[in-house]
Formats: sequence, C-alpha cells, structure tokens
Amino acid sequence: MAQVLPAERDLRRVIGDGDGVPDGEVEGLDEQALVDLYRSLVLLRTYDERSVVYHRQGRIGTYAIFWNHEAMQAGAVHALSDDDWIFPSYRESAIGLLRGMPAATVLSWWRGHPAGWWNPADYNVGSICVPIATHVPHAAGLAWGKKLDGEPSVAIAFFGDGATSEGAFHEGANFAGVMSAPLILLCNNNQWAISTPLSAQTAAETLADKAVGYGMPGVRVDGADVLAVYEAVREAAERARAGGGPTFVEAVTYRCAPHATADDPRAYIDLERVEEERARECVGRYDGYLRRLGVLDDALTEEIRGEAAEMLRRGIAEAESLPEPDPAVVFEWAYAEPPPALAHDLAELRRVLGGSLG
Amino acid sequence: MFSEGRLAELTLAEALNDALHVELERDERTLVMGEDVGRAGGVFRVTAGLRDRFGPDRCVDTPLAEAGIMGTAVGLCMAGWRPVCEMQYDAFSYPGLDQLITHVGRYRWRTGGRMEFPITVRMPYGGGVKAPELHEDSPETYYVHTPGVKVAIPSTPADAKGLLAAAIRDPDPVVVLEPKLHYRTMRGEVPEGEHVVPLGRARVAREGDDVTLVAYGSMVPLCEQAADALAGEASVEVLDIRSLRPLDEDALLASAAKTGRVVIVQEAPRTLGFAAELAAILAEKAILDLRGPVLRVTGYDVPFPFWKLEDYYLPSLERVVDAARRLLAF
Repeated sequence: MAQVLPAERDLRRVIGDGDGVPDGEVEGLDEQALVDLYRSLVLLRTYDERSVVYHRQGRIGTYAIFWNHEAMQAGAVHALSDDDWIFPSYRESAIGLLRGMPAATVLSWWRGHPAGWWNPADYNVGSICVPIATHVPHAAGLAWGKKLDGEPSVAIAFFGDGATSEGAFHEGANFAGVMSAPLILLCNNNQWAISTPLSAQTAAETLADKAVGYGMPGVRVDGADVLAVYEAVREAAERARAGGGPTFVEAVTYRCAPHATADDPRAYIDLERVEEERARECVGRYDGYLRRLGVLDDALTEEIRGEAAEMLRRGIAEAESLPEPDPAVVFEWAYAEPPPALAHDLAELRRVLGGSLG
Repeated sequence: MFSEGRLAELTLAEALNDALHVELERDERTLVMGEDVGRAGGVFRVTAGLRDRFGPDRCVDTPLAEAGIMGTAVGLCMAGWRPVCEMQYDAFSYPGLDQLITHVGRYRWRTGGRMEFPITVRMPYGGGVKAPELHEDSPETYYVHTPGVKVAIPSTPADAKGLLAAAIRDPDPVVVLEPKLHYRTMRGEVPEGEHVVPLGRARVAREGDDVTLVAYGSMVPLCEQAADALAGEASVEVLDIRSLRPLDEDALLASAAKTGRVVIVQEAPRTLGFAAELAAILAEKAILDLRGPVLRVTGYDVPFPFWKLEDYYLPSLERVVDAARRLLAF
C-alpha cells in the first residue's frame, strides 16, 4: 500500500484574479474543452436561477439552491468519463443535465411528479439522495463492484461538510479505503449545514484531514475555481483507475444563497462574507479567465446563455404539460412482483375514486 | 418447488450453508458479504466453506459496519451484483435499518421500477439461547413494516434452504430471519441440489379441526408441541406463515374458516408485532368464521431480559396450551 501523507492544507487554485494573482493552466484542456466547461457552468447556473423563479411562481416545490456550487459540479463531471458514476445529493440535483438528462426530468423531480424518476443506468447518475450522506456507501459499493469486474469505471459521491459528521459517511469512506475502491469523495464544504457552521460540525482543522484516517489522500481546492476542481478530480480518477483507491477532495467555498427556498439565512449567516463570495462567484471568475485567454467574448457568452435559457424554457413547458400520474403508479414500482395485497388496495382506491361523496 | 429428488439429513444451519453453496454455484453474480463470514465461515458457520470454494471476492469479510454493508450492497446491485448480506445477530442489524428504510426498500421505486435491487439480508434471530443482551431479539416487525422489502422466516431445514434460495433469486430485497435456537438442534430432510420454496405460501405444519395455532420461525416447533400436548382434548392445526411479505392470506383465512379459532404465537414484543397484523386481517375478513376472539401469545413489551429470565418472557408451551384451552372454552 502506498504511503498516505497528511492531507494538503493549502487550497489548490488555477484561476487568477486578473490582477496580482496570475492565471494558471490545466494541461490537456484545449479551447473547445474550455468552452464546453463554460457551457456546463452556465447551464447549471441558469437551471438554478430559473428554479428559484419557478418556485416563487409556484411551478416547482421547495428547491435546494446550488448557486455558486456550479464549479465543483461541472469541474468534477468534466474530469470524468461518461462510464463513471455520479452519486448526487440534493445539492447536485441537476447534475444529470451534464450527462444529457432532460431538464424536464429534474424539474419533474422538484414538482413531485414521477417523471422525475430515472433509471440510474441510463446516465450513470444515481438518484438524488435526500437524507444526508447515506449515498456514500452506495458509491463505494458501485466502485467496488466495478473493480470486481475489472471495469475502469470510477464513482464520485457529492456531499456537504455536514455530511462528514454522519455515520454513513464514515462507513462508506472506510469501506472504500478497505476495498481500495475507485471512488472520489467530493465534499462540498460551503461551511454551513443549514444554519450550523463548520465549527459546530467538527473539531478537525480541515475536512481533508479525515482522509488520512481512511488511508486515502486528501486534497483541498478552491470550490469556486472550476479548473482547480477539474484538475483535482482528474488526478483522483487517474489514481483510482490505476488501482490506487479512493481520494477525498474538499472543495471549499462559502454558501451565499439560502440552503433552500424555505430557508432565510439572515438569522445566522455572515452577510459581509456572503457579499465577498458573491463578488468572486464561480461562473464570473471562469468567464474572466476565458476572456483573458481570448477564447470567450460577448457574442459567445450570449449564445451560450441563450441556449441554456431556451433549454429551461422548453424543460419547464414539457414538465408542466405532463399528464397527472395514474394512481396505479403508487402501487406498481415498489416491487418487481408486488405482493397481492397491493392489487387489492389499488382496486379499492379506484372504486372509491370512481364513487361520489354526495 | 423444484428439486432433484434426493434428500439429505441436515441441521438448519447446514441447510442454509447448502443453499448458499448451490446459489453461488448457480449464479456467478451472487456474492456473500458480512462480518466474519469468510475466514471464520460465520459465527454460526452458516457461510463455512464459501470462501475456499468461491474465493475472497465472493465471500467477503467486510468491515464491522452494518449500514456500510447494506449501503454498499445497494451500490453493488447498481454494478450488476446480487449481494447476500449477513447481519451477525438480530439486534446488530439495527444500525443497518437506516439503509434498509431509506434506500434498500425505496431505490427501485425511485427509479420508476427500472432498476432492480436483488439484495438478500439474512440474520440469526430469536431467543432461548442464553446469550448476552442484544443477541436474542425478534426484529421482524421493523422489516415487514418497511415498504419495498420482503420477509421470510423458515422453521425447518428444508424451508431454510428453499426460502433462502427464493430470497437470493428474488428481484426484490428480501430479509431472511433464521431461528438461531434451531440452527443446530433441528435436523430434517432437505432436498439436495437446487431447492426453492416460493415466497408467499404458508405451510400447514399439522392438520387439525378445532383450533389453529399460527406461527413462524422458532415458534412453529413450540406450537407443534402444544398440538401434541392437546391431543385427546382437541384437534389442533398448526399454520407456519413462513413468508411474512408477501403474505399467504388465503391460507390464513382458510384455516380460520376451518377451525373457527385462532391463536397467534410470536416471540417478539406484543404491540404492533406481526401477530397484530394477522389478527387485524382476521378481524377484517374472517369475522363470521370465528367462534371466539383471536388470541395472541407473544413476548412482552419490555426489552428482552437477561437469560436467567428469558423463559418467563418467551412464549412457553404452558402459555400456548393455556390460550388454546381458553379459546376452546369460549
């Protein structure tokens, strides 16, 4: 087994500030790849901003906002191949869009419509995990299973800083370490678990420090630097594919939007810090980087934003035009071979629905 | 039920071990995982020999992590595997309930029925074995109450083999509770080779006309003893439920219609135990067939006691016979 060193404490960065901090470069990313990455960032940003509007208009239910988390999502997905599996939490609800999932599917999920359920094998994207950290063992198991088959696929699990307090995180990470499973643990450390700050979540100096206890490398990246995330995840995936086992990637940012549409963070969050973070949000930073590099201009930006807006317009229209689901759906999907009592229950429900209260 | 015709005389634990050998041989995507299942062959030796026969990748000693076992099993299914997970003891399965409730029973449903999760979870259960605390629980209610999960509890070596095989082949998650009291004390004839007892069919363990004793798992032999004890007084039917979900309602209602008297015996605590569900079904569907109240003989609503007291807690021959006599005299 390779020697496991203490986790890196410094945040990895690639994107400069256009002023004193120079821009770095990621090897192997050509102009097309750089612009494709931008396209994904804009798509996720558009999805998120439109979803908040749709919620206010009553067109979707409660929605978990991921504004300024797009860089860690798009950066990670672009660093992986389509054969690699993604296990999202609710914070990454729209990550399937980057694998070709229709916007209407994700919007339907937030509308509580069964059209929001997908077959994970269609996109290599697991279901949106609502309870905290319980999908980490799933990702570890998938990665282990692929390894048993000698397939080169890796898995990535997204979870937040609060999730590292959960037993499921520990059990999943430990399993992955023991099985040397090709897994990337991508911790979105936005420093808040709803209203609970990181300082109330852990006494560890950094979350990446936890990695050493599982016998895996831990790295920290600026979570709003899409290229830093890309590079760290690519490196982790290469190591995993080569049999080097899992990696813990702590992507550090600061949550500058409510936890969800039902949350008002003014009661607990540092509003000055939020303003600082908003001023250096991830899409704008990458936009500036590409312009300094000369691969992005106003015309291309407008085109990309227009495409994303159109995808959302079509997506919400499609989601809203879906017929109401049939009551049979309540009974049909829990079992491959439903127990006989369920058929009786459905018949009873139909009988009552067909009757009149008068 | 299909089998090759030949019979072997096996203990209940040996019958389970036989099922695992046959099923791992039959389907190379099946693997066994759990604490101490490999090198040690399981603390009750139910997985003995599998590691040598199929290798450490198909009989996996896992970290000591019940939620991790059930959780990674979900991921293994997504990678096309068919995991058979062992929980070392009934009450040690509780950390795994989180995964069972939030994911194992729900994942198929949240894929719109498009992905299968053929997980088998097997565990020794039940009391009477004079073990330390949390080694003698009967947790079936938690599992039967979890939508998306099926539950089987065998009472004989042949059913142990056949129901475990059915569970492993089932496209849905199945929890198999194994009566540890009878792992080694019960012997019986078991079909050799492939042997499957379909889920959802009860077994009439003994035919009778005057009163039905309904039970599953380790309470079935007790009810058979009660039938013997009542011989000359009453003709006693013993119905072995053996598949709690899917449930063979027809068999329950048929027996109730035949005898008109039903005593349900379970060793789990009384409140909301599976006996309550069976009693409710009889109340809804058999009321005109019944000649007296449905009675329950159960464990009590207290933690399973230290083993010097366990005989007071567990349904006993005296309590079962007493209930039957009260019902016959009603």
